[in-house]
Amino acid sequence: MLALLIRDLRLAVRAGGGFGLGVAFFLILSALVPFGVGPDRAALAPVAPGILWVGALLACLLSLDRIFALDHEDGSLDLLATAPLPLEGAVAVKALAHWITTGLPLILAAPLFGVLLQLPPAAMPWLIVSLLVGTPALSMLGAFGAALTVGLRRGGLLMSLLVLPLYIPTLIFGAEVTRRGAEGLGAATPLVFLAGITLGALALIPFAASAALRVNLR
Amino acid sequence: MRLLAAEGLAVSRGGLRVIEGLGFTLDAGEALVLRGPNGIGKTTLLRCIAGLQPPAAGSIVLAEDAVAYAAHADGIKPALSVAENLAFWARVFGGTGAAAALRAMDLEALADRPAGALSAGQKRRLGLARLMVTGRPLWVLDEPTVSLDAASTLRFAEVVRAHLDGGGAALMATHIELGIAGARALDLTPYRASGAAPARPHSFNEAFA
Repeated sequence: MLALLIRDLRLAVRAGGGFGLGVAFFLILSALVPFGVGPDRAALAPVAPGILWVGALLACLLSLDRIFALDHEDGSLDLLATAPLPLEGAVAVKALAHWITTGLPLILAAPLFGVLLQLPPAAMPWLIVSLLVGTPALSMLGAFGAALTVGLRRGGLLMSLLVLPLYIPTLIFGAEVTRRGAEGLGAATPLVFLAGITLGALALIPFAASAALRVNLR
Repeated sequence: MRLLAAEGLAVSRGGLRVIEGLGFTLDAGEALVLRGPNGIGKTTLLRCIAGLQPPAAGSIVLAEDAVAYAAHADGIKPALSVAENLAFWARVFGGTGAAAALRAMDLEALADRPAGALSAGQKRRLGLARLMVTGRPLWVLDEPTVSLDAASTLRFAEVVRAHLDGGGAALMATHIELGIAGARALDLTPYRASGAAPARPHSFNEAFA
């Protein structure tokens, strides 16, 4: 499993990989919104948590179809399915690799983009905590969507339609944590819900996604 | 040692049965070459045996963790070097002997080259070298010699020969004569499904297959 993780990370960082794509998209979004909404704090600060979370979610979505599609095209997915590695483990590792190359850079870059969007400093720790707890669910649910649509021509559109509704609970609770943090209210309740969604996804998705992969490989 | 036994086997592709009533066995040290015209279902049969799709009827009895499958696509990552590609599969299968595999398929000089820069035949050789690092006894090969030149084909036949001598077995679909002594041939034409395919799919899943 470690070998698969190292290979996926190496592929993401080398030429043609998806590393940095999500962060670049996140940067563009956070830089453009102040131009559209206006730079004053009164207008930007209330919408900043929501925009940051929507940005993180879309940035994550951008690179989802690469999780399995590339391996399917060159035949490695067939070979992985016949390898001693359980397919559930392979799904979990590939989702983890996606999170490390997409989610983790987003979390590291988020405070900077929060400044661009006039997010109050008090909300920064909450933004980071909510992303840290919430983005693994984005990668996991995305791996499920990618597994369902692997092998379909132009499956990216279908995948977005399938995955976006699943992302909504994470978006609601993630943005809520940041918003309550910004207003100085207690954020424990939405944070617990957010963690619950993530843990549920981590526990169930590997099985669902590998079942979908097996059907698609027939 | 018996590595593979198939009995009353039927396989279907796209919901239609292509092969019916097929039975054969494969013991350690044996090679079986599948023959038959295009579309007879050689690839489908091999995918069934590799466990990628269930048979439509009949049974496949395999020794545990026996199969190393090589498809039309080699599963090579163009951004990784030849040695890295091979080392990855060696680690996944827990096998060893990556250096010996490179030597056997004459890839040593190319080891540090990115796999994306290889020619089709060189990629094929890398794909076949992967078999050697899996450490599995039963090689299931789908047209292994496509895009290999004459010298590489001979080299590959030697590798298969050595694998058989070491207690392995090989099941391959190929149109050319590999010249492996003692290899049996199995013509699939008599097992072509009679066309009495079920008018309706068996299950919900098959309707979307």
